[in-house]
Amino acid sequence: MNIFDFTIRRVLYFLPVILLVNLLTFFLFFVLNPPDMMAKKILGDKNVTPEAIEKWKKDHSYHLPRVFNSEEKGFSKITQTIFVQKSARLLKFDFGKSDRNNLDIGKEIRHRMVPSLTITVPMLFLSLIVCISTALIVAFYRGTYVDLWALVLCVFMMSVSMLFYIIGGQFIFGKLLKLFPISGYESGIYSWKFVFLPVLVGVISGIGASVRFYRTIFLEEINKDYIRTARSKGLSERVILFKHCLKNAMIPLLTNIVMSIPFLFMGSFLLEIFFGIPGLGNFTIEAIDAQDFAIVRSMVFLGSLLYIVGLILTDISYTLVDPRIRFK
Amino acid sequence: MRKRTDCSVLKNALKQPLMLSLLLVLLGQVSCTPNHPYPKSERAQPIFYSTYSEPPKHLDPAISYSSDEYAFLELVYEPPFQYHFLKRPYELEPLTATNIPVAEYYDADGRKLPADTEIEQVNKVVYTIKIKEGIKYQNHPCFVKTKWPEAILNDVDHITDFSEVATRELKAIDYVNQIKRLADSRLPCPILPIMAKYIDGLDTFAGALVKDLEAERKRRSEEQGAAYNREQDERVNPIHLDLNAQPFPGVKLIDDYTYQIILKRPYPQILYWLAMPFFAPMPQEAIDFFEQGILRDKGITIDRYPLGTGPYRIEKYDPNLEYVFVANENFHDEFYPSTGEEGDREKELLVDAGKKLPLLNKIIFKKEKESIPLWNKFLQGYYDTSGISKDSFGQAIQISTHGNVEASEFLKDRNISLLTSVSPSTMYVSFNMSDPIVGGYTEEQRKLRQAFSIAIDMEEYIQIFANGRGTSSQSPLPPGIFGYEKGKAGMNPVAYYWDEKSQSAKRRKIDEARKLLAEAGYPNGKDKDGRPLEITFVNSWYSPALGPRIIWFEKQFKKLGVVMKNETSDYNRFREKIDQGNFQFTMWGWNADYPDPENFLFLLYGPNSREKYKGENTSNYENPEFDKLFKKMETMPSGPERLGIIREMKDILHKDSPWVGGLNPVAYGLFHEWYSNAKPNAMYRGALKFKRIDHVLREEKREEWNKPRFWPLILVVVLLGLGTVPAINTIRRRGKATA
Repeated sequence: MNIFDFTIRRVLYFLPVILLVNLLTFFLFFVLNPPDMMAKKILGDKNVTPEAIEKWKKDHSYHLPRVFNSEEKGFSKITQTIFVQKSARLLKFDFGKSDRNNLDIGKEIRHRMVPSLTITVPMLFLSLIVCISTALIVAFYRGTYVDLWALVLCVFMMSVSMLFYIIGGQFIFGKLLKLFPISGYESGIYSWKFVFLPVLVGVISGIGASVRFYRTIFLEEINKDYIRTARSKGLSERVILFKHCLKNAMIPLLTNIVMSIPFLFMGSFLLEIFFGIPGLGNFTIEAIDAQDFAIVRSMVFLGSLLYIVGLILTDISYTLVDPRIRFK
Repeated sequence: MRKRTDCSVLKNALKQPLMLSLLLVLLGQVSCTPNHPYPKSERAQPIFYSTYSEPPKHLDPAISYSSDEYAFLELVYEPPFQYHFLKRPYELEPLTATNIPVAEYYDADGRKLPADTEIEQVNKVVYTIKIKEGIKYQNHPCFVKTKWPEAILNDVDHITDFSEVATRELKAIDYVNQIKRLADSRLPCPILPIMAKYIDGLDTFAGALVKDLEAERKRRSEEQGAAYNREQDERVNPIHLDLNAQPFPGVKLIDDYTYQIILKRPYPQILYWLAMPFFAPMPQEAIDFFEQGILRDKGITIDRYPLGTGPYRIEKYDPNLEYVFVANENFHDEFYPSTGEEGDREKELLVDAGKKLPLLNKIIFKKEKESIPLWNKFLQGYYDTSGISKDSFGQAIQISTHGNVEASEFLKDRNISLLTSVSPSTMYVSFNMSDPIVGGYTEEQRKLRQAFSIAIDMEEYIQIFANGRGTSSQSPLPPGIFGYEKGKAGMNPVAYYWDEKSQSAKRRKIDEARKLLAEAGYPNGKDKDGRPLEITFVNSWYSPALGPRIIWFEKQFKKLGVVMKNETSDYNRFREKIDQGNFQFTMWGWNADYPDPENFLFLLYGPNSREKYKGENTSNYENPEFDKLFKKMETMPSGPERLGIIREMKDILHKDSPWVGGLNPVAYGLFHEWYSNAKPNAMYRGALKFKRIDHVLREEKREEWNKPRFWPLILVVVLLGLGTVPAINTIRRRGKATA
């Protein structure tokens, strides 16, 4: 089986999953939270009459029956329902408009993806460089005090809340040292000024967990026979670590990295909120706050889709780094 | 030779990630204030920087009904009247109108009645509004043509992308258009139910428009069959409703500069509504222009790009980042007031008297979701004004030796000033009067609530949860509203007594509450069977930060031996409980629409009951005596007679105690020394046209306060670098050893 056939087959496997996710989100959003509730939340507190609620529902097509419209004729019995008008259309990537302020959700997603990627892409690469290098060094010193203290430091860094890193980063670099703006964003080339601090905070906050994870992988490899053989052949430690060990540790590394690639588009919730980055993470949190279910529904759908894309990409990438694995 | 050495050093440096990071940092610091969040082009301009945490939901004047949105909307739209910037109590003055009109009364036969006619005899009330000539709209493409070629529309992403713009004079028909728009069900206008009670024929007109709309929708549905998706269809092909096709006697165009509003019955508060953007002008050109399907599909609508005659026009709409407003080139002559209230001259609020408005040429609203970055950026001089969050209260405020609240020494060192003002709003603990236990109007039931009104110590609540920023309310009327009375006259005698020594109202002792509770049939908080009285507090206080408030309420009832059960639910369920009258007590609030006692006392008017009539009376209070007095007071001019009636109404409320406790929040605002004409105006959010910025001083201070410190960063990088040397050496050594 070639890569193309394999991808098609995997996509087909995942289609029922997507449908199931769609049904599940529909159930969650429309059965547990009826449109009346949504209207009340959106219309606010002042002077909201039952008529205003009905009008809002009509204007947003929430007045329709959920899955079957007995008042319509023919195929309209199915199409003139909330499920088709609001949920099923997600399958053709028609996200519609937000409930709260009629934003074109598709357009918003496209726009907000850029600031999210501006943060997450450099964060991923910097994090990989810093964490893999550190993990290799720690693995090299395995069993020594360096290893012990590195582990203690990693556990400490893992235990600290992300919020602490964010507020601490803003305080130290923005307020005390006055090196970067505390928050904000600018599109285009000047965005780096606002991106540097969140990226730095993101990288530092992830060091603890990542170094421990990569160290474990490297240690597993370092104890294998081929490394001993390499040593006996007189190869330098640098070559053993960076060439042989790193290459063979690629499968678990790739699983971790490739799976995270699709989620780069979704942004980082906390970093975006605290640094005022107008990305998709910010978008989702705001929608949850405002109970804008049209946006939340779209983001849940997009998230599940990206997860599946991540799984397929991971499967494909295995074959690229390990010739022993073949498409079946 | 020397040159080569430098290059090799640089090459080596670039190989090290840490050195690369350091270089990036250093290269980036081209300016002397590297944390400056604004582009250099903005720094030498008198731009006012403000913030918002939530982008406005609506900027259509027919829909928007939130004070946060009005901060944007009132920069652009000009209703016929506005509130005087400096005078207090709030006073209406003409904005685009030539004068404040006087109501003309007519009987059923159309005969004009004298001004002092009894309300019952009045069949029709007419307000004739004359607008000033020569006022022009801001430049806008809709005044060039209302239907643009598709090729051009396809290339447009923002309203500023149109190459051609024009203007035209403001006409009375534009005000008439907007009043008709209020009836368009697609918007929907939140004040339509209120206005329909007063404006002649508005409800019928709204009904006729709905019929027109539904007929068109039905036609389209039949035409498109199963594929019909209303939302999608109307996005691409909006329905054009002819607002002039249906009769509407409530508004009449007299000539180019005059129009009339016709009411079914006297309602003097209509003048206050006429100072709100609901009644701002809307040119037909704008309605037609924004109905172009391509624009609507791109989200270019009047709900995002306001268009008016006001001092500013929107230049950038980016709700995720910022809103930029620039001075309207066509703004009519309006000048800074030369009179104000007593003391304004001493506070230097009349320095700009007679100057042409607006005084700022640009206003930028930046999105700031979190309070900590906002506060720090204010301290760094990047925002001109700030509120005070709970987190920064200790750093910002101190109590002087005389007990006055003032800015802390830290802020004073930076010449930051504090301004406080009581907001025209009220928060209150509301009992459900239709509940069999806590509601009702028998003497016992009254005494039960009276006991609670003593026990719930709002002064303590304000100190703990609002950092003392508020005053406990003695009646539904907050300070600044006609009918509010200070001192003994305004005191709630049920919960307080007058302390002659301190000349202030003191909360009654808890023993008095216990006595009232016993008289209500609950001695020591126990019912006749000896079981403790249980009452339920409903709320939507999910946030952990609000948890302590629930505990505090429990403690208040515990003082009486009463058990408080808490029912926290999500906002929608909570609203459902309130709407259905399925609760015992809750905490609720109200912000004034206009500075009139009617706008607060109607919250307790029987026919506004939430449970029965879905009105704003959430406590479902119904007292015929109170209702009768309300009807009488509602339309009266403010004066001694009205004050007398309000006192009677307050007495009834104190006795019945449907609301127990309450607070009137005090807003604290901070501003830098370069910000002039700072005077809070809770009724007029568009008052930014009166403000001034000394941008030269601001930039000097920003540079002084934001000198970067590089040495700690360099030190860390050096230490890290040194730390890696032994590791690298060991690797090399081991490598060599292996080889």
